[in-house]
Amino acid sequence: MTLWFWIVVACVVGFLTKLLGYLVPKKWLANPRVARVAGTLTIGLLASLTVANTVATGQLLVLDARLGALVAAAVALWLKAPFLVVVIVGAAAAAGLRLLGLP
Amino acid sequence: MTTSLRQSPGARVGLSIAVATGLYGVSFGALSVASGLTVWQTQALSLLLFSGGSQFAFIGVIAGGGTPVAAASAAALLGIRNAVYGMQINVLLHPRGWRRLAAAQVTIDESLATSTGQTDPLEQRRGFWVAGIGIFVLWNVFTLVGSLAGDALGDPKRWGLDGAAVAAFLALLWPRLRSRDAGAIAAACALATILAVPFVPPGVPILVAAVVAAAVGWFGYRAGPDGEGLEPDIDPYPDTVQTDRTDPS
Repeated sequence: MTLWFWIVVACVVGFLTKLLGYLVPKKWLANPRVARVAGTLTIGLLASLTVANTVATGQLLVLDARLGALVAAAVALWLKAPFLVVVIVGAAAAAGLRLLGLP
Repeated sequence: MTTSLRQSPGARVGLSIAVATGLYGVSFGALSVASGLTVWQTQALSLLLFSGGSQFAFIGVIAGGGTPVAAASAAALLGIRNAVYGMQINVLLHPRGWRRLAAAQVTIDESLATSTGQTDPLEQRRGFWVAGIGIFVLWNVFTLVGSLAGDALGDPKRWGLDGAAVAAFLALLWPRLRSRDAGAIAAACALATILAVPFVPPGVPILVAAVVAAAVGWFGYRAGPDGEGLEPDIDPYPDTVQTDRTDPS
């Protein structure tokens, strides 16, 4: 139930954020600093989510098959593979390394 | 010169970006149920939150054992860029009444990029709506396909779905790392996350990284191109170099 509640909160906040751009005076958001923070936040959060999903297990830092998935995904991206292919490569790398006995 | 919708370059690009973006809704659906959300909760995120980065952030925090509050916070912070996009679309299209509410819901990276990539106002309008509505429909259809498939898979670790999540986040980050500055911000936030993990509850390290990123954006000197971090996940115009997407002028 709590999860449902926060899903609804996230959705409402998400929509209001989008709508905000249509409602507030242009000069507020035209401030280059606001656009810059929106950009750095996007980069920072995605970098953090990438790393957290790779090495964090609860409050422990763990090196396991997920690190292999990260490397494999990076290679696929470097080779300009499309999004879905990159995701499949990541899954295959993690599953393959576990078959070889990695945690 | 007005072209018919069939020959409209804006609509054509919008349609192709809708297919490419909609398809990767499969990965969102599958990863969402693997992280513990139900099929209905997953579908609610695609219908109502409808912003790829925010949706992946929400389930990424939950998958890591974070609280729903931390998940919603991460999603909200990643959605801030949509306010900037909304302002730009408002300047271009001036939607009124119910159209404004509809436009707000489909204001995302790809619909903005499709629209601002066109020069003719009519094509900007067509590009925005075709990309926005097209992605909305396909993203939701493929989310359902992915969540039902993910539900049927069973043990997510056996299929490497935790590795798929890592790959998805890296793929979302990748197109935004075009300058040295962007790489430095990513590295700083990655380091902040690793340092924070042992000391704070799961999910919170991501918010620590958000504070670092916001501080860099607000106070830091920045020499990179405008619109850094505001690149779409999938570029509608991959063959053209665009350095100044944030200024629609």
